[in-house]
Amino acid sequence: MADVMKLRVITPEKRFYEGDVSMVELTTTEGNIGIYPDHIPLTAVVAPGAMKIHEADATKEAALISGFITILPDVVTIMAETVEWPDEIDFKRAEEARLRAERRLSSPDSNLDVLRAEMALKRALVRLEMKH
Amino acid sequence: MASMRDIKRRRASIQSTGQITKAMKLVSTVKLQKSRTKAESSKPYFDMMYETIALMLSKSGNINHKYLRAGSTEQKAVIAITSNRGLAGGYNNNIVKLIVGSAELKPETTKVYAIGRKGRDSLARKGYQIAEDYSEVINEPIYQDASDLTAELLDAFGRGEIGEIYLAFTSFKNTVVHTPTLIKLLPFTMEAAGADQEEAPKAQALMNYEPNEEDVLDMIIPKYMSSLIYGALQEAVASENGARMTAMDAATSNAEEMLGKLELQYNRARQGSITQELTEIIAGANAIG
Repeated sequence: MADVMKLRVITPEKRFYEGDVSMVELTTTEGNIGIYPDHIPLTAVVAPGAMKIHEADATKEAALISGFITILPDVVTIMAETVEWPDEIDFKRAEEARLRAERRLSSPDSNLDVLRAEMALKRALVRLEMKH
Repeated sequence: MASMRDIKRRRASIQSTGQITKAMKLVSTVKLQKSRTKAESSKPYFDMMYETIALMLSKSGNINHKYLRAGSTEQKAVIAITSNRGLAGGYNNNIVKLIVGSAELKPETTKVYAIGRKGRDSLARKGYQIAEDYSEVINEPIYQDASDLTAELLDAFGRGEIGEIYLAFTSFKNTVVHTPTLIKLLPFTMEAAGADQEEAPKAQALMNYEPNEEDVLDMIIPKYMSSLIYGALQEAVASENGARMTAMDAATSNAEEMLGKLELQYNRARQGSITQELTEIIAGANAIG
């Protein structure tokens, strides 16, 4: 069994990450998954969450907001619409987004788009999580 | 023969036009380089996207998905990507001609989602209905623009207002070759996606989908469309600058050629006037003597 696999994270603007990894953790719409080499082929939709990339001797983290993932036994490809390294995140803005979303959710307005506000909150929380 | 003063004036005017075209050429060369790098860096995303979709559809045979069927209405939508500025040779006109000349896109049944003022105005003159105008986008296209447009189009598609969606843009091959291209975005078919069938991804073990195939297609096809539109925007910007560079280069060399001709004419006129003056003086001297 191979102990590393190739991971590619591609955004519309650039190649975000490319390298050999031993494991990658991320969140899909069905829940958190950790992918080791020789995983069964799987295509899944990404939900906002922290992505952890385990390289041979280091671990990297990034905020993966949306996209989808294609897993093959030796290659994992993440087509990310939005993904950010911790140092690219504007924490102040994320904090404001969190407050805004929370306020909207707690307001009594009945024709509020709850789903949208929840998604916004989720995105903000994922970004804030990157701040250690 | 034009007088010396006329020629001189004309020469000055051509010279300043030449200076402007030369400056424009330089500017578009720089812009071309920038937009070309951008267009190239968005390529891997699109290629992977295509590969994934091709794999899904080839594996799953005949899925009956709403995005894979044409809508019942005759109405069609076309995204026309042109530029906001002229002086780019045939760049804008080629896209307009492509749309007007295509058999599917009749003015009566086609809604135009215009990106670029030049194309919007020409198509409106030809009797097309302009549904939306996103001309600001072309100045600095970002991915968000493409996904907003996709959302809007899919919305209209879902409501049954449009049955087919086309995309007209100028594909950037290299600095001098740009091809106006018309592709069908929806209903999604492999042939329309433009790559050759042979290149279908190597057979993989059976792919699993989470949560299920239908939902994943629901998710991915809009993303595929956005990435296609985004790629088209980037390529169009590169093509626009390439076209402008070529046009301005031609204009500059035309100006230089004209200047050369005028220079000759001017010298001839000068010589002529000196000869005439001399003849007059000699004739005068002879008359006195």
